[in-house]
Amino acid sequence: MEENLTVERSRVPLTKTDFVSDQMVKWCPGCGGHAILASVANVFPKIGYRKENFCMVSGIGCSSRFPYYVNTYGFHGIHGRANAIATGVKVSNPHLSVWIATGDGDSMAIGGNHFIHTIRRNVDVNIMLFNNQIYGLTKGQYSPTSPIGSVTKTSPQGTIEHPFNPGELVLGAQGTFFARAVDTNVKIMTEVMLEAARHDGTSVIEILENCVIYNDAAHTQITSKDLRDDNQIYLKNNEAMIFGKNREKGLRLAQGGLEVVTIGENGVTEEDLLIHDQYSQDPSMHLMLAKMSLPHFPVAMGVIRSAMYSTYDDMVEEQIKNAKENTKIRNVDDLLNSGDTWEI
Amino acid sequence: MQKFFKTMTKKKNDVITKEDVVVKFVGDSGDGMQLTGNLFSDTAALEGNDLANFPDYPAEIRGPINTIAGVSGFQVHIGHKRVYSSGDMCDVLVAMNPASLKSNLKWAKKGATIITDYDTYNDKVFEKSGYTVNPLEDGSLSDYNVIQAPITTLTKEALASLNLDNKTAEKSRNMFALGMMYFMFNWKQDKAFDFFAKKFKKKPIIVEANKLALMAGYNYAETVEAMSITYNVPAAALDKGRYRNISGNIATAWGFLAAAERSGRPLFLGSYPITPATEILMELSKYKNLGAKVFQAEDEIAGICSAIGASYAGSMALTTTSGPGLSLKSEAMGLAVITELPLVIVNVQRGGPSTGLPTKSEQSDLMQALYGRNGECPLVVMAAASPSDCFYAAYESAKISMEHMTPVILLTDGYIGQGSELFRIPKTASLASITPPIAEANDKDFQPFKRDPNTLVRKWALPGTEGLRHRVGGLEKENGIGNVSMDPANHQLMTDLRYNKVMKVADTLPLQEVTGAAEGDLLVVSWGGTYGAVHTAVEDLINEGKKISHCHFKYIMPLPKNTEEILSKYKQIVVCELNSGQFVQYLKINFPKYNYTQYNKVQGLPFNVSELSDKFNQILKEI
Repeated sequence: MEENLTVERSRVPLTKTDFVSDQMVKWCPGCGGHAILASVANVFPKIGYRKENFCMVSGIGCSSRFPYYVNTYGFHGIHGRANAIATGVKVSNPHLSVWIATGDGDSMAIGGNHFIHTIRRNVDVNIMLFNNQIYGLTKGQYSPTSPIGSVTKTSPQGTIEHPFNPGELVLGAQGTFFARAVDTNVKIMTEVMLEAARHDGTSVIEILENCVIYNDAAHTQITSKDLRDDNQIYLKNNEAMIFGKNREKGLRLAQGGLEVVTIGENGVTEEDLLIHDQYSQDPSMHLMLAKMSLPHFPVAMGVIRSAMYSTYDDMVEEQIKNAKENTKIRNVDDLLNSGDTWEI
Repeated sequence: MQKFFKTMTKKKNDVITKEDVVVKFVGDSGDGMQLTGNLFSDTAALEGNDLANFPDYPAEIRGPINTIAGVSGFQVHIGHKRVYSSGDMCDVLVAMNPASLKSNLKWAKKGATIITDYDTYNDKVFEKSGYTVNPLEDGSLSDYNVIQAPITTLTKEALASLNLDNKTAEKSRNMFALGMMYFMFNWKQDKAFDFFAKKFKKKPIIVEANKLALMAGYNYAETVEAMSITYNVPAAALDKGRYRNISGNIATAWGFLAAAERSGRPLFLGSYPITPATEILMELSKYKNLGAKVFQAEDEIAGICSAIGASYAGSMALTTTSGPGLSLKSEAMGLAVITELPLVIVNVQRGGPSTGLPTKSEQSDLMQALYGRNGECPLVVMAAASPSDCFYAAYESAKISMEHMTPVILLTDGYIGQGSELFRIPKTASLASITPPIAEANDKDFQPFKRDPNTLVRKWALPGTEGLRHRVGGLEKENGIGNVSMDPANHQLMTDLRYNKVMKVADTLPLQEVTGAAEGDLLVVSWGGTYGAVHTAVEDLINEGKKISHCHFKYIMPLPKNTEEILSKYKQIVVCELNSGQFVQYLKINFPKYNYTQYNKVQGLPFNVSELSDKFNQILKEI
């Protein structure tokens, strides 16, 4: 993938400290936000852009305090509107690397509309979706990603709503980039953030985040030390889809969809396993991978989809360039005097 | 055709010279009334008349044929005298079918000339248009000079040589009617031919058809007895210069383009289509050649939020909407207020509440514009006075928003947005310069909320600039340094600063002017899009020697500094507005000790000059 050349690169090497803000981080001790923040501080210097060219935008929620904690240009918006605000920032100035910190309330509920339309347009922004499956800032109500049956303060008998799978929503909205990571794995978070930065178009990174106060251990089945190797599959482009403690399991295409197989059993060899193609234009396989869930499948981590497609902001610039080259109206005086006018 | 006229004798015409004439063209939505009206108006403009137009669309795109729901109209007011509104009642009504006659007869003056297509009058059509008997025969039109012309038949006959199908030939009926008007106003037909040649450049057959139809209409009018009176409206005494016809919505769009060019800040519009504001969005979409970035958002909220993002990034940011859309934008307006970013919100007001009367006009969003947000949330509110004034109002709203780092709500309305009038084309160099307070790179003293001590305006620090990284947001900020702050004293301070910053805009505003004597019995107060009708009514009374003056407001928040001084000079103040009394309440809050009365109308219609004059005369009698 080519790097986005519209953002100016830093002439001096940058480090983590260039992005640390002087503000006290006010997330709860043990909140997944801390690890995400650390990953961003790791990744931004590696991306290599001038530090003034980063702009962090957020909505409302715990995740959305993020801009105050990174030393970049930053905009803490209103509930649900981060994606709309960020679209304005990017279209106005395509030379900025725009990052959005949002949550499952902010982008899946109140801001769902802006989320899908930003993705559909393929605006070149990077969305970090902190998915803790709960409303934390308002103290523990269920969210659009809470699993059915979740007991929360507004669902004492368990939720009766079907949750969104953010990956499915992204691909349904014709998303060009979707990655998933867990807040406990800084290495994978860093890798997918770097790929997101390099992707031209809307990049969505779903980060499975732990809310230590209101939804503790929500992702334990996926993240705990003894379960994670069997319950996650880390997808790498051009590599076979292998997982398991002893890397003995894999994914294969069977009738009606994917199938988990064990290498060595029933004559299955590594050759039979699927090879991950994150750049495929066709999203069908990406959708199957994004939808995999426990207990029958591992949860897919890493970059699931990264397809090339023109970005909205690039096309705006191109149309402006073409229009300027092919016009007789070069300024507002020309415009005012165009068409039917007469002298008195 | 010759056959038809054989028995008629040509009459000598009496030409009456008129100060002004109001003509209304009405017909089915598909009858081409907008085009006919526009051509009529363009011709009057070339004759040197002053003018104002108003299109009168139904809310439906194409209502059922021959029903009242399907009637579309276009009113033109042309004058030797200065014309300030599209006029109350018409002198000439061109009604292409019974439904349009039925729905518009109330707008015809007694004695008006009514031209109507006799061929469309039959029992089937009467039923659809709500007539039980033929209005041409029941005596109900005895107060008018009715010309029943067989327009459909004669148009088809005139076009016979072109071998067009019936449907295509009938489309030229409107030009037959226009031909009659050309005769009535003693205009040369070649002006219309020039228009056809330009307008239908790619369809020579249509040019020919329209030409034949127009000529046929002209000749018919020359022959028919009822057309014995024709009008002469001499050229108006207009200031020298280059002119064009412009509608308020187009003028608004162009004013913003001018402001972007003069300020050097690229234009960004985030907007969602809504009647009657959509034309601004469509118009600005055309000007990528001037660098305008127009984002058609997924909803009203994304419209304003994208604009706020663009403003943060350094664009001259706009969002355009109408009433219900303004409601949806309320929360985000608060965000623009607390982040102290420039933004213009255009509200082309329509009838409310809720969906209300989408295609009709009202001034009922004033209180919402002033107060309709959570928290103490002051911003600048302005209102444009007329279609051409929209250009200057848009320019100025953008200038104020950027120079004072504040959102501005610009109120126009459906009437001036869609109505049009003559516009004397300015040179952009003659417009006031715009200098946004942009922070310089590596300014060691930069703080996001450090203020100019005189204007209280903070600096605009554009992302990408070296040495100015900072954060803004919807949480309250500490004055100066800009950190999130929940400190009670700081909140009080910031609340006061935001209010005072907006009030200080008044230091830069022109003083409020008054038409008529600087003191007297009665001061008529109006604001926004009612200027034309109110000004005309007051001017007429002044000319009659009445002690009456007029004060028309364009700046509402803050008010011009001499507002109270003006109010104090009159025994009585009457505030006229197209709502139930919102501006009068605002004046009472600010300047309680004066003697206010009010005149209101909430019918989705503009003021008539005559109803205003009647009201003012009544008040003058009682003083």
